[in-house]
Parts: sequence; C-alpha cells; structure tokens
Amino acid sequence: MTNREKQNLKIGLLFISPWVIGFCLLNVYPLCASFYYSLCNFSVLSPAVYIGGLNYKDLFTDEIFWKAVSNTFYFSAVSIPVGILTSLSIAILLNFNLRGRGIFRTIFFLPSLVPMISLAVLWLTMLNGQSGMVNLVLHPVLDLLNSLFGTNMRPPNWLQDERFAKLGIILTGLWGVGNAVVIYLAGLQDVPRHLYESADLDGANFWHKTRHITLPMISPVIYFNGIMTLIGALQVFAVPYVMTSGGDGPGRSLLFIATYIYQNAFDYWNMGYACALGLILFLIILSLTVLATRLSEKHIYYAGK
Amino acid sequence: MNYAQGKRVRNVLIYALLVLGAIMFLAPFAWMVSTSLKPLNETMSVPMKWIPSHIEWKNYPDAIRGMGPFWTYVRNTFFLCIMTVLGTTFSSALAAYGFSRIDWKGRDKVFVLALATMMIPFPVIMVPLYSLFKALGWIGSFKPLWVPAFFANAFNVFLLRQFFMTIPKDLSEAARIDGCSELRIFFQIIMPLSKSALLVVALFQFMYTWNDFLGPLIYLTEQDQFTLALGLKAFQSQQGGTLWHHLMAASTLVVLPIIVLFFFTQKSFIQGISTTGTKE
Repeated sequence: MTNREKQNLKIGLLFISPWVIGFCLLNVYPLCASFYYSLCNFSVLSPAVYIGGLNYKDLFTDEIFWKAVSNTFYFSAVSIPVGILTSLSIAILLNFNLRGRGIFRTIFFLPSLVPMISLAVLWLTMLNGQSGMVNLVLHPVLDLLNSLFGTNMRPPNWLQDERFAKLGIILTGLWGVGNAVVIYLAGLQDVPRHLYESADLDGANFWHKTRHITLPMISPVIYFNGIMTLIGALQVFAVPYVMTSGGDGPGRSLLFIATYIYQNAFDYWNMGYACALGLILFLIILSLTVLATRLSEKHIYYAGK
Repeated sequence: MNYAQGKRVRNVLIYALLVLGAIMFLAPFAWMVSTSLKPLNETMSVPMKWIPSHIEWKNYPDAIRGMGPFWTYVRNTFFLCIMTVLGTTFSSALAAYGFSRIDWKGRDKVFVLALATMMIPFPVIMVPLYSLFKALGWIGSFKPLWVPAFFANAFNVFLLRQFFMTIPKDLSEAARIDGCSELRIFFQIIMPLSKSALLVVALFQFMYTWNDFLGPLIYLTEQDQFTLALGLKAFQSQQGGTLWHHLMAASTLVVLPIIVLFFFTQKSFIQGISTTGTKE
C-alpha cells in the first residue's frame, strides 16, 4: 500500500466511524447476543441461564408459533402481490401524460403519510361490521349482486370474523400503497421514449408495449421495491397490535410472528424464547429474500449490463 | 373511429379510473374528519351521514383533554424528532462521505455490508437492545430512542451516498490541491451542495420518529414520557374504542402535522421517494 492509499484508508474509516460504532453496537452485538439468549432461560430481571437448544425444541411443538407463522405467510402472500398490482396499475395510469396528473399523484400518495397508529384507529372504525364505512359501501353493492344473481352475500364482520380479519388488515395496508406508486412512476418515467416510438411504428398496442417494454424496463424497480415490501410484511406488527388492543384477534387470526415475539418478550418476560423466535424470523426473511432473488434473476433486465 | 377519437375515448376512460381511485383513496380521510365533527349519537348511525346535523367543534378540545397530558406528548414527540433528525442527518452524511468521496481499499465491500443491515428485522435485535439499554439504566428515558440516531442509519447513508456520487470529483480534487482538509471539503463544499438530499433524509427521519410505535412502546414506561403515537394508542385502549368522535379527532390531530409538513416540502418528498426505488 502506498502512503496515499494508507492515508485514504485512515480518513475513509474516520468518516464512516459513526456507522462502524453503530454497526457493532446496534447490529452485530444484538445479533450475537440474541443467538446466545436464544439458548438461555432469560427474563432480563435475573441473569440468563444456559439451557441449550430447549427453546428451539419447544418452538417446534408450539402450535401458537406455527399459527403465527401461517398467519404471517398468508398476510404476505396476499398483501404483496395485491399491493404491487394496485400500485403498478395506478402508476401506469398516472404515466399517461394527462392534465392534473400531479393532483392525482398527491391524492394517491397522501394516505401513505398517515402514522400507523392513526391508520389502525381509523380503519378500526371503518371496518366496524355494523356502522363502518367499508360495509356501508359494500352493502348496496352486494344487494345489487344478490338481486342479479340470486345469491345471498352479506358484508363480513371484518375484524370480528376469523376468516376476514386478515383481509381487513390487508385492506388497511392497501390504502398506503402511494409510496410504491411514486417509486414506480419514477421508474416508468425513466423508460426511454424512443422504445415506445419504435414499437408504435411496428403497430404495437398498449398491452404489447406494457408486456414487452414497460415491465422489463422497470423490473429492477419492481424487484427492489418488492423485496423491501416483503421484509416489511414479514414484520407486520403495529396495525394488528393496536386493532386488537395488544391481543391476537378472533381465533388467533391476527397473531403474527412479530406480535408473538413482542408478547413473549414483554408480556411474559420469556426473553430467551423471544430471541429464538426472532432468529427464526430472520432466517425466514433471509431465505425468502434469496429465493425471490433467484426466481427473479432471469426476469430482471438491467439496462447497464 | 379515427385516431383522434380513439385517443379521446382512451383519455376519458383513464380519467374515469383515476377519479374512481381518487375517491376511494380520499374517502377514509373524509370519514375521519366527518366523524371527528359529529355529535356522539350520529357517529354510528346507519345509513351514515357525511355531513353532521351540527358541527361539533368541541370534540377536539374534548379529545385533547381525554388523551391526558396531550401537550406533553406533543413536546416529547418534537424533542425526539429534532434529536433524531439532527443525529441521523449529521452522522449519515459523514458516513456517506466516507463511502463515496474517498477511495479506500475495500470500501464498496463494506458498503454492501451496510446495506445488508437493512435486512435485520427489529424484532430480532429488540431483546438484546432492551437489555443493553436496561444495563445502562436508560429504560424509562428518551435515550434509547434518540442516541442510536447519532450512529448513522444504513438507509440514510444509502440515500446520501447516491447524491454525493453525482457531485463532480474535480471539485474535491481542486480543493485538495489547495491543501483543504477532508473535513473542510465535507463541511464547506459537499454539505452546502447537498441541501436537497439532506432535507430528504431529515424529512424521512422526522416522519419515522413521529410515526414510530414499537420503540416508544418498549422503552417508555411513564405516561408523561409518551409520544403522540403512544398517547393515541393509550387513549384508544383506555376508552375501549367506543367514542368514535373523540378517537377520530385525536387521529386527525396526529395526522395533520405530517400532512402540513408534506404540503410545504412536497417536491423533496416525492424526489426522495423516487430515488429509493433505484438501486445502483
């Protein structure tokens, strides 16, 4: 290493030192400690006692944990594709250069600014089975469908009904897709005009252009945003926590992995077990991210490469 | 149908879809504000009334009184917002400078490591952090909520690094030849040129702290330390979620400052979020 390189290394490390300290104290240490605690009986109030793999053994036969896992998977598997589809469709509509586009973009974006707590409190009233807005709107729609098809559909009792509670939370989350809309719209605007112009010359219609130009060109944006949404969805906590007042909903339908970790850590002071649960959540996030990356690799188009 | 007509039909169709969507996205706001101004007996009426029979302004002072030490919540929230904004903007800018404006061996590998920390879910590290802060005697104080902000956050470092890389290298080189120290280049050249990016980071952090729920829920123990978010949650669970008019008034009060902030800084907001989507 030359003197110049040594000097640069020293200065570079000096500049990133706040991050290095934070990385060690707020990331590496907690991760290692979490692993150690997961092998312990630990309540914070008394020192940790090493018990080997007992927490992990318990976890495999803990039905409540598996319920939380399946709830979290169900929530992610529905909310992520629906969210991507909704935000992408809105972004594509906004990408047509129409007057008033800015106003529409603002309207779609606004709900994503609403703090989680207000979001939960607001939708708790909106999803009320008797006088919530969602059902007041749904009622006439279902009545019309019933009279047309002779069916007997009734609006669900959302958060009170085991089968619909998670859909209620998903609907709540869907109101906040505006963030993704802005990201996709930015991606769409980066697609070079000339690609569409030459497609027009070849007589391509809207669907052809969307499938063969738009989607491939913004696939890196979809991928990146999708991964971020996945990581967030697997940690869903605040909205169901507030909506159930810290509980887990009818038939445990609103118990998610993060909720269960929180309950074990701070309601039962069962912190060793909470750490074991946390590490399983981390493993799930890591493996799903790797899986998503593998699956999408073939379909992502990087213009620069 | 000729081309111009076809285009007009298409535009009408797009407008119709956009208007329908806009109504659906605005309706919950309308419901919130309308409910917050209703007398109690009209909050759950079926069919619902969008316009209350008379506007009940006193729901707002009532909700503020119902929440307990409301103005203390406001003060606590602003204190935490200011501390975390200052902390993360400054420390993340320093780190971003080290990750973009200085060439050192292994830099980009370390940066990948920084990005990877974004994948660590908070529930995983929450217990060790809690016991760490407990050992320091920080539980029941604001410190666990703002001190970590002074140690740079990977997401903010990423945003600022993206921006710093667009500033021409020659600027730094010229200053270096003139014998300018790196710290001076950082403060007197790079920081002033990056005001827009710094504003974006500050805004995001402000929003994050304003909205944060899990952190305050874990670390704060006394009601007079609560943030607005925590105060709203306490208000909701203490009255069992039945007084909709007060709940909606309180929610509106928590949302409103963020919406106002957004309208003043809309351009930076939208720009900032747009860059989040581009991974380099």
